[in-house]
Amino acid sequence: MKFGVLQFPGSCDEVDALEAARRVADAELIWHANRDLKGADAIVVPGGFSYGDYLRAGAIARFAPAMEAVIEFAREGGLVLGICNGFQVLCEARLLPGALLPNSNRRFTFRQVQLEVLNSGGAFTRTCALGERLSIPAKHSWGRYHADERTLRAMDESGQIVLRYAEGENFNGSLHDIAGVSNEAGNVFGLMPHPEHAVDVSVGGSADGLKIFNSMRMAA
Amino acid sequence: MTASAAALPALKDALALGLTEAEYELICEHQDGPPNQVELAMYSLLWSEHCAYKHSRKLLRTLPTEGPAVVMGPGENAGAVDVGDGLVCAFKVESHNHPSAVEPFQGAATGVGGILRDIFAIGARPIAVLDSLRFGEVEGEAGTRSRYLLDGAVAGIGHYGNSIGVPTVGGEVYFEGPYEQNCLVNAMALGLAGRDALVRSAAAGPGNVLVLFGASTGRDGIGGASVLASAELSEGDSDKRPTVQVGDPFEEKKLLECSLELLARGLLVSLQDLGAAGLTSSAAEMASKGEVGVEIDVRRVPLREADMEPFEVMVSESQERMLCVVEPGDLDAVLALCEKWEVNGAAIGAVTDSGTVRVLAEGEPVGEMPVRALVDDCPLYDLEPAKPERPVYPPPRASRAPTTGAEETLLTLLASPNIASRRPLFEQYDAIVQSRTVRRPEQADAAVLALPAGTALAVSIDCNGRRVAADPYRGAVESVLECAANLACVGAQPLGTTNNLNFGNPEKPHIAWQLTEAVRGLGDACRALDAPIVGGNVSLYNEGATGPIYPTPVIGMVGLLPDHARAGRLGFAREGDAIALVGPFAPALGASELAKLRGEPLPDGLAETDVEAVRAAQEAVREAVRAGALSSAHDVAEGGLAVALAECCLAGGLGASVECGAGEEAELFGEGPGGFVVSGAPEALKALGERAALRVLGTVGGEALRIDGVLDVGMPELAAAHGSLAELFD
Repeated sequence: MKFGVLQFPGSCDEVDALEAARRVADAELIWHANRDLKGADAIVVPGGFSYGDYLRAGAIARFAPAMEAVIEFAREGGLVLGICNGFQVLCEARLLPGALLPNSNRRFTFRQVQLEVLNSGGAFTRTCALGERLSIPAKHSWGRYHADERTLRAMDESGQIVLRYAEGENFNGSLHDIAGVSNEAGNVFGLMPHPEHAVDVSVGGSADGLKIFNSMRMAA
Repeated sequence: MTASAAALPALKDALALGLTEAEYELICEHQDGPPNQVELAMYSLLWSEHCAYKHSRKLLRTLPTEGPAVVMGPGENAGAVDVGDGLVCAFKVESHNHPSAVEPFQGAATGVGGILRDIFAIGARPIAVLDSLRFGEVEGEAGTRSRYLLDGAVAGIGHYGNSIGVPTVGGEVYFEGPYEQNCLVNAMALGLAGRDALVRSAAAGPGNVLVLFGASTGRDGIGGASVLASAELSEGDSDKRPTVQVGDPFEEKKLLECSLELLARGLLVSLQDLGAAGLTSSAAEMASKGEVGVEIDVRRVPLREADMEPFEVMVSESQERMLCVVEPGDLDAVLALCEKWEVNGAAIGAVTDSGTVRVLAEGEPVGEMPVRALVDDCPLYDLEPAKPERPVYPPPRASRAPTTGAEETLLTLLASPNIASRRPLFEQYDAIVQSRTVRRPEQADAAVLALPAGTALAVSIDCNGRRVAADPYRGAVESVLECAANLACVGAQPLGTTNNLNFGNPEKPHIAWQLTEAVRGLGDACRALDAPIVGGNVSLYNEGATGPIYPTPVIGMVGLLPDHARAGRLGFAREGDAIALVGPFAPALGASELAKLRGEPLPDGLAETDVEAVRAAQEAVREAVRAGALSSAHDVAEGGLAVALAECCLAGGLGASVECGAGEEAELFGEGPGGFVVSGAPEALKALGERAALRVLGTVGGEALRIDGVLDVGMPELAAAHGSLAELFD
């Protein structure tokens, strides 16, 4: 099983994601200008500032040649994980519903947050228990999840709201405390917190993020 | 040279650019006649205080710069120390004070950008940033401007570091009246490189090509070095806004990756970043170090504005640019890699054997100066230090003088902006990117960064300017000891030190005295701790209309610990652990935070410190942490023992019951170097007591900090007071 981790010129967390994925499987970086996904079984769109994000987080990255290949890969059912800026890119690419807006506290904020697993059946959280708490760091300035009420209802009914900030942990003002969502088919998942920064207790404060990568390894 | 010869600048232009009459005459001698506009602009920058260190160079020569771990000392873009396993750590601190006083967000952001370029210019990948900030008082109506500066500077530092993927792992901030009109924004960066991968900046090989790469060159920051960095600030500084540079972290991210890939492929002879004085300083310094000449055609420089004058191109301080020397056969490969990373790359000139910096415009010479004259022959000035007869600083404004007793005093100190939790600041920084951060802010006294072999780097930055103002020599010694104490608390031994000397106008005898004494203290303390200075920066003329800043020699220290799994923590960790005060701690209230809150004037001098005894205590604590014998270790600093105990309670979420003698104020809240609060099993503390002065104070546990017969404050009350800075950011 092999992960492909996209690399944009302004990616920041791509090496962290690569090393996290390598704890459970093979992994390789994929340069943004390449269309070839190198036979990866699952794709990670990492955090950072893809192309500087001066227009809107993720707005340009969705047009990258590598992203065009990822969109096709996702439509064919391939597993795609978007973390932070990657989540923003997947929303911009319409692979995921909704959008990320500037934090309600109007600041870049870094904090270890507690998340609750709302759907433990899918490809990204199958090694978690329903209602389990995950301790994972978040760090962003555009993380306020937003979608219209009808979309939110539909997402809720089909189990697309996968992770939620535990009580008191939602610093960015996300609607319904939403921290991570999947598409309807369940093969594309995005979250603002950084599971790749919670794979080793000594530097991550927890290793709960490994559960996401392990789930993907089992599902791919 | 016909075009410019018609309008040769005169003495008055030289004076306007900050040169003295004598300096102008010396330049005329070097040039065999009056310099033209290009030449005068370049001399004025390279002979500015900022570039030439003309008031500090002689003092800096007294500092210890050699030690077993030193791989690269002062003079290169950054210093470097050996950290074992074939790796070196490059590090340096630099100031961006005046730009930040004019425009805090961009000033601070470009300060981070500049120090990061210094690190990757020697071939190291930046792995961490720390900041050291000083503002005026932030509370109330009078604090409005300082709050604006704080807010902007913190956001700017975060913006740059977060966007480029380098964690900001630590720092310090103080709020004191003398910084009100002249804030300080110092940034320190660390990088990691293979020992063999370091590159120097000396140009070499006449015939080799000079390649400028990165952002295009505009009019931003023109004259920044001479106009901003070397003169006192005054009213109406918004006029200077156009001379502040604007940063683009995305451009720098590409520049960083491009530079490191160029080096990894062995395509560069040498590399240098462009900082103050832009191309002028980079080209001249590369030529000087390589004892060669250079030739640059300004019309080959990619420009942001087409109609720039040759002198403007040469002195522009546009950010995110690097200059490198390339063998002609490698030029195509270099430019191709620039294209891959989407940065401009242009061959703008060549290394020559002329010994001059020659500036061309479309092949026509527009200026030529001997490299030696530009870089080495700027006159150095002797300081005329004199201890002031009257106090330099007025007493601080009494703000929160506690009146009712020890409980109120403790809570007032915890809520004081100089002591309160820095969480609202450091939460704006990504502290964990690159997956190396073993100790985040407020988890330990120093930041700890894991290295591949299982060892770890520890880093701390510190300076209590108020204490340096009270006694420049002993205050500087204390700052160095404080950094080393922070390292000891995580189990690290110092490898090397960097410093940023922030002072007022050195032409004034009392400032010259502060500077001389502080540098003497810095040197003595670094020698005593075997923590040589491997690089640093000097920022002078930090004065406003009401006087100079507190003398602020900011110290950054890097150390090594053998096992990152045993890095120390500051918070109490286990109910029932014994708590002890370790070290030759002799607290006094003079120059303390409590004295400041009461509006007491600074004392004339601090008590002498037994540096050897402090060093021995640090070694004992360090060894105990390394052995895994302690649950926590924290050095006693601002607010004294009671505040240190409260900080240990808050960081660990556990209360404590202790006895502190008769509960006298000096005992509880007095300050001084050499004290540690540690916790651990009673037998571990007993063993530690055989190596250093140690007094068992009490036991970890409960929901409150209880000091027998003195105070009893619940954890929620402690936390509320300690959280007082949050409201500044609402």
